[in-house]
Amino acid sequence: MKIQIKNGHVIDPKNKIDSQQDLFIAAGKIVAIGKAPDGFIANQTINASGLIVCPGLVDLSARLREPGDEYKATLISELQAAVAGGVTSLACPPDTDPVLDEPGLVEMLKHRAKQLNLAHVYPLGALTRQLEGKVLSEMGELREAGCVGFSQANIAITDTQVLWRAMEYAATFGFTLFLHAEEPFLAKNGVAHDGEVASRLGLKGIPSAAEALALASILRIAKETGARIHISRLSTAEGVGMIREAKKQGVNISCDVSANHLHLTEYDIGFFDANCHLKPPLRTQRDKNALSTGLKDGTIDAICSDHTPVDDDAKLAPFAEAEVGATGLELLLALTLKWAHQEQVSLLDALSLISPSSAKILGISAGSLNLNSDADICIFAATEYWKVVPNALKSQGKNTPFNGLEVAGKVKFTLVHGQVVYQSE
Amino acid sequence: MNNPQLDADGRLRHLLSIEGLPKKILNQILDTAESFVGVAEREVKKVPLLRGKTVCNLFFENSTRTRTTFEIAAKRLSADVISLNVNTSSQSKGETILDTVDNLIAMHADMFVVRHSQSGAAHFIAKHVPNHIHVINAGDGRHSHPTQGLLDMFTIRKYKPDLHNLRVAIVGDVLHSRVARSEIHALTTLGVPEVRVIAPKTLLPAHVEKLGVHVFHDMKSGLKDVDVVMMLRLQNERMNGAMLPSAQEYFKTYGLTQDKLNLARPDAIVLHPGPMNRGVEIDSSVADGPQSVILPQVTYGIAIRMAVMAMLAGGQNASSQAGNQA
Repeated sequence: MKIQIKNGHVIDPKNKIDSQQDLFIAAGKIVAIGKAPDGFIANQTINASGLIVCPGLVDLSARLREPGDEYKATLISELQAAVAGGVTSLACPPDTDPVLDEPGLVEMLKHRAKQLNLAHVYPLGALTRQLEGKVLSEMGELREAGCVGFSQANIAITDTQVLWRAMEYAATFGFTLFLHAEEPFLAKNGVAHDGEVASRLGLKGIPSAAEALALASILRIAKETGARIHISRLSTAEGVGMIREAKKQGVNISCDVSANHLHLTEYDIGFFDANCHLKPPLRTQRDKNALSTGLKDGTIDAICSDHTPVDDDAKLAPFAEAEVGATGLELLLALTLKWAHQEQVSLLDALSLISPSSAKILGISAGSLNLNSDADICIFAATEYWKVVPNALKSQGKNTPFNGLEVAGKVKFTLVHGQVVYQSE
Repeated sequence: MNNPQLDADGRLRHLLSIEGLPKKILNQILDTAESFVGVAEREVKKVPLLRGKTVCNLFFENSTRTRTTFEIAAKRLSADVISLNVNTSSQSKGETILDTVDNLIAMHADMFVVRHSQSGAAHFIAKHVPNHIHVINAGDGRHSHPTQGLLDMFTIRKYKPDLHNLRVAIVGDVLHSRVARSEIHALTTLGVPEVRVIAPKTLLPAHVEKLGVHVFHDMKSGLKDVDVVMMLRLQNERMNGAMLPSAQEYFKTYGLTQDKLNLARPDAIVLHPGPMNRGVEIDSSVADGPQSVILPQVTYGIAIRMAVMAMLAGGQNASSQAGNQA
């Protein structure tokens, strides 16, 4: 199968390509950009005139809900959502049921995902057995089964001795730990940022200090052990400052922010909108500004979707009882472009935050249009507006705080391994 | 953001919280309640404003006083009243809130009076009921208890008619109190110039000053020269733990005794939403003393609840209709 993507505006942040060129694919690989290889006869031509052609997006955090929570979402529904959002590779956290702490489960998940032939799935293994924060999981075995890193999902390790050993062990083998920074005692039963809105609405708050305290422990132990740490979903201005300082001191650390937190604050909760019940909680305008600045100055390395599909019934409850999470895979591109537009960040720099940067953090070869690399490609209309309509989303999770919003950036084609796996109607 | 409490013409559709209600509507409720105070003193304590309507008291959290006053209020308006303690029936069988509500709507309930332990529960139900059904929040988590806030305003207005010249102190567990939040919004909306809260830091929510109150941590300076003292109930489970060391120490520091009350203006009145913990937040001699208006609060509570129900179901001319029946 040979494909020619014609007249598109090719943007490849990694190779600093940002111009109108043709792209040539053969046998699932990118074989040329610009001029056709000798004797290249395309079986299929995609007219990308007026469209952006870029490496497929790489998402650092997307819950697929399999195994165990198929009533919320299934592998097939969420991987269809991924490619509809231009996402061709994604990392999924281990908080499934059962949790991803057994090599067999990881192999099964990888195998099932591969058979679907949609986006690539890169599981994050459980850092501790059952995510209980007590006994280390078999990281070596899990790595062999296909885990690209290890995570505790949203569950903190309260015992700093265990956290220390986990980092030492991971550092021994060069594994990356994906940690969410939230001190569990301060955050206990909290459902919103501990600020003005939570006080007014009578919601139990999670103070910013919960993030700062957890980060302080993680950073200090990371410095000591030399472990490679990625902080998932930073939410506070103070946190951004701490990461900036740690990077200056040479701590081996990276971090991401969810697209939700670049656009929403505690005020978006309004009159108890359960779609804004997120983890970490939506914080203040000041925090949102600091996250944005952090992304621009390189303190924050990437934007993730924090895709967390929830079944409708689980959101039909008073705010605190409504399940945490929002659907995100199909919004990652549009929300990133919206942020970039507001902050006057170039398209190339914006795409860099949702593709090559994330790929680098995961240690996978995706995120570029390198010659002879897998042809995982996203083709989108940067200025075409579409309205977020929950029922039109492919994801089984229809819950989004962006319901009804008009956003720019419509995915037209998604290719994985040189095959068109998604084409917009 | 639409205000879920008002209809397109700015009239009251649900009563969910004091916050978001304009001064005009608060005054309208208080004025309407005035006309209902007399109803209880008549030989026949009934007006036919809600005849043929079904009011459903939906209590997901236990309450005796609030439920009873709502029941009496609805009955005095001639409504049919059903009271359900849901925490002891359907919810324990796994039924969701909306299932319970939908079933009652299918039985043609016209109005729901809702109490729930979660903040936002009344908003949640109001969002899902059809247009012709009204929801009254009878207390949701820590968020709001608007009829309590209104009856407190009604009581204050009875004793201190010039709200624009008042100093009011709210004392106690503001953090967990839906009553405090409702009182603060009602006082500030009605133009009371100085609202104070007095509590240890552990019992105040983050940025409480942004609600428009002055923060005090000691009774001596906080009660000085106030016209109204509004006490809050301290829940048993907060008395010993990380919030407070003991009920005894709390009483010593924040309990309202006659000595402390003497710091306020000599004609100051004392309110409490009940039920009281005598010897914890308030001394019996104050609770039963001449400055206490705690029992009048209960009486006025019925008039307020009648006014709200009449305005929601009977339209905006409720007060004149009550007058016509006199």
